[in-house]
Amino acid sequence: MNGLRAPHLVALVAGLGFLYLPILVLVLYSFNASRLVTVWGGFSLHWYGALLRNAALIDAFWLSLRVAALSASLATLLGTLAAIALVRFGRFTGRGLLSGAVAAPLVMPEVITGLSLLLLFVGAGLERGFWTVTIAHVTLTTCFATIVVQARLVGMDRSLEEAAQDLGAPPWRVFASVTLPLILPGLAAAWLLAFTLSLDDLVIASFTTGPGATTLPMRIYSAIRLGVTPEINAASTILIALVALVLVAASLIAKRNLLPRG
Amino acid sequence: MAGLPPSVPPRKSLGNIRRAFAPWANPAARPLVTFEGVTKRFGGVTAVDDLTLAIYPGEFFALLGPSGCGKTTLMRMLAGFETPDSGRIAIDGQDLAGIPPYRRPTNMMFQSYALFPHMSVEDNIAYGLRQEGQPRTEIARRVAEMLALVKLEGLGRRRPDQLSGGQRQRVALARALAKRPKVLLLDEPLGALDRKLREATQYELMDLQSELGLTFVMVTHDQDEAMALADRIAVMSGGRIAQVAPPEVIYENPATRFVAEFVGDVNLVEGTITEASEAFVSIRTAPEGLVIIADPPPGLHPGAAVTVALRPEKVAITHAEPPQAVNKLAGEIWDIGYLGDFTMFQVKVGGEGGPLFKVALANRTRRVERPLAWDDRVWLSWDAEAGILLAG
Repeated sequence: MNGLRAPHLVALVAGLGFLYLPILVLVLYSFNASRLVTVWGGFSLHWYGALLRNAALIDAFWLSLRVAALSASLATLLGTLAAIALVRFGRFTGRGLLSGAVAAPLVMPEVITGLSLLLLFVGAGLERGFWTVTIAHVTLTTCFATIVVQARLVGMDRSLEEAAQDLGAPPWRVFASVTLPLILPGLAAAWLLAFTLSLDDLVIASFTTGPGATTLPMRIYSAIRLGVTPEINAASTILIALVALVLVAASLIAKRNLLPRG
Repeated sequence: MAGLPPSVPPRKSLGNIRRAFAPWANPAARPLVTFEGVTKRFGGVTAVDDLTLAIYPGEFFALLGPSGCGKTTLMRMLAGFETPDSGRIAIDGQDLAGIPPYRRPTNMMFQSYALFPHMSVEDNIAYGLRQEGQPRTEIARRVAEMLALVKLEGLGRRRPDQLSGGQRQRVALARALAKRPKVLLLDEPLGALDRKLREATQYELMDLQSELGLTFVMVTHDQDEAMALADRIAVMSGGRIAQVAPPEVIYENPATRFVAEFVGDVNLVEGTITEASEAFVSIRTAPEGLVIIADPPPGLHPGAAVTVALRPEKVAITHAEPPQAVNKLAGEIWDIGYLGDFTMFQVKVGGEGGPLFKVALANRTRRVERPLAWDDRVWLSWDAEAGILLAG
C-alpha cells in the first residue's frame, strides 16, 4: 500500500462518517452552552457540572459500574472454566452440547434472553434488582469470555504444561504457575470485553431489573423519552469515553498476545 | 563434575573404553528401563505393537524411525504422558503403571524446548528443583552448576525470547538435567538447530552424557544424529522394533530390508540362491540373470529367495576389468552426483533395462577433472563379504 488514492479516501471518509458522525455530534453537543439541543450556543462545560449534581444519574452510573465489574468477573471465571474444559479435556461426553450452549447466547436475540431470564426470576421468586441484573449480565457475557480465553488456550503450546508436569508439578500447580500466567492476557481481555458489554446493555437490564436498581443506559433512555437534554449528552460522552478506553486497553492486551514469543 | 550419581561407574568416551561398554551383551547386567509387550492404540491405529525392549544404565539409546513409527509414543509412555493399553513399563524394577508424569524419575527435553516464556532462564532451570521443595541456597547452587555445565553463565536473568536457538536448546537441556533424572528423554534434541551448530552440540551432548553417567533415551528421525550419538539404536517401523544394535551393526549388518534402506544408502538386488557351500553362496538375480557371490549366511539354502544389500561405498568402480575380483559387473555410467567429499555414480548394469547401481567414491585428491565421465563403460567390483544377504 503506497498511500491512499482519491476514491479510497472518499470511501474511507464516508464509511467512518457513517459510523461515527452521530457520536461526534453527540459529543460536540455535550459541550453546548445552549439549553436547546439543536442550536449551538458556544462551548461550555456547564452540562458536565449539572451532571455531577444529578444524583439520580450518578447513582445509575455507580450501579452500572458495580454490575459491570461483578458480572465481568463472574463471566471471566465461568468462561475460563468452560474454555479449559473445551480445549484441554479432549472429547468428553457432552462436549458438543457444551460448545453449542456456550456459543448460543451470541446469536440469541437480547429480547428473548431478557424475557426468558425475567420469567426465570419471577418463577424462582427472586426479588429483582442489582443481583438479578448481575446474573443476567453473566449469562450474556460468559460466552464472549469463553471465546476469548479459548482462543488464548488454543494458541498456547501444550508441551509447556507437559514440561511443568514432567519437572514434578502436580496438575493444580501446573495451572497456577504455567497455564494461568500465560493465559492471563486473555483473561484480562475477556474481563474488559464482558465489562463493556454489561455497561452498554439496555435491553436485558430493562427486563431483569426492579425498582431501585436503574442502570445508566436505562436512566439515559428514560430521560430522553422526556426530551433530550445536553446533560444526557454529557453522560453519554462520559460513557463513550469509558467504553472506548476499555476497548483500547483490551485490544492493546490482545495485540501484545499476538506478538511472537521468540 | 560435582554431584555425580554414585551408582553408575564412570566409563567410555575414551577410545577403547567406549568399545568395552556393552551391557546388553552381558546376561548378568540388569536393565534400567524395560518395556514388556507394550501396546498402544489411538482409535483404530496401533502406534506401538507388542513391543519389548531393555535399556541399560549409562546407555545413550536412540529410537530411530520415520514419522508415525511409534517412537514418540514410546517415549511419551515412558514419561507418563500416554498410558499403554497393555504391557508393562518399568524403571529400576519399579512398575510405572498408574504413576503420573510428575512422580516419575524421568525428565524430558522437548522438541520445541517448551521453555516457560514468562520465566527467566534461572527460574526455568529452578522450576523442577522448586517442585521438590529444595532449600533456596541448594536451588541457587544447582542452577549455577547447571548454567556452567551448559556454558550459559551470565545469561541466567534473560528471558527465553532473548536467547538464540542454540542457547534455548542448552537451557532446555539444563532444565531437564537439573533434577538428575534416572533417565533423560530427548525428543529430536538437535532437530531445530542449523547444521554447524548441530554438529558442535552433538559432541557436547555426548561428552555431557558420559561425564554425568546418566541414561539418555533419544527419539529422532535423523539417522546421522542417531549414529553419531547413540550406544545402541532401535530402528522402529509400524510400531515394532525392526532391529536393536550398536550403530555399526545397524549399518553393516542390517537385519531387514527396511533397516538396510532406512539407514544409509543401499543397492538392493533380489535373487535366488543357486549354490551354497561352506565358503560362499552364489545368487542368481531375476530377471537380469546376474551372478553375485557372497559370504554364506546361516540358515539359507539353495532355492531360497534373498535380497542382496550392497552399500555404495563398498563397490569399486574402474575402467579396466579387475582380474581378481570375486564379483564384477560391466556397466555404463548413467549419472554422476558430485557431493564434495564424495561422488555418487549411478551405473546401469547389464545394458538397457538393467538395474542401476549406486557407487560412492571418496574424492581423495583435489583434481577437478575426473577420469570417470558420463556414458563411460566401467566395471563394478566388490568382495564376497560386502554383500549383505537378507531373507526374502
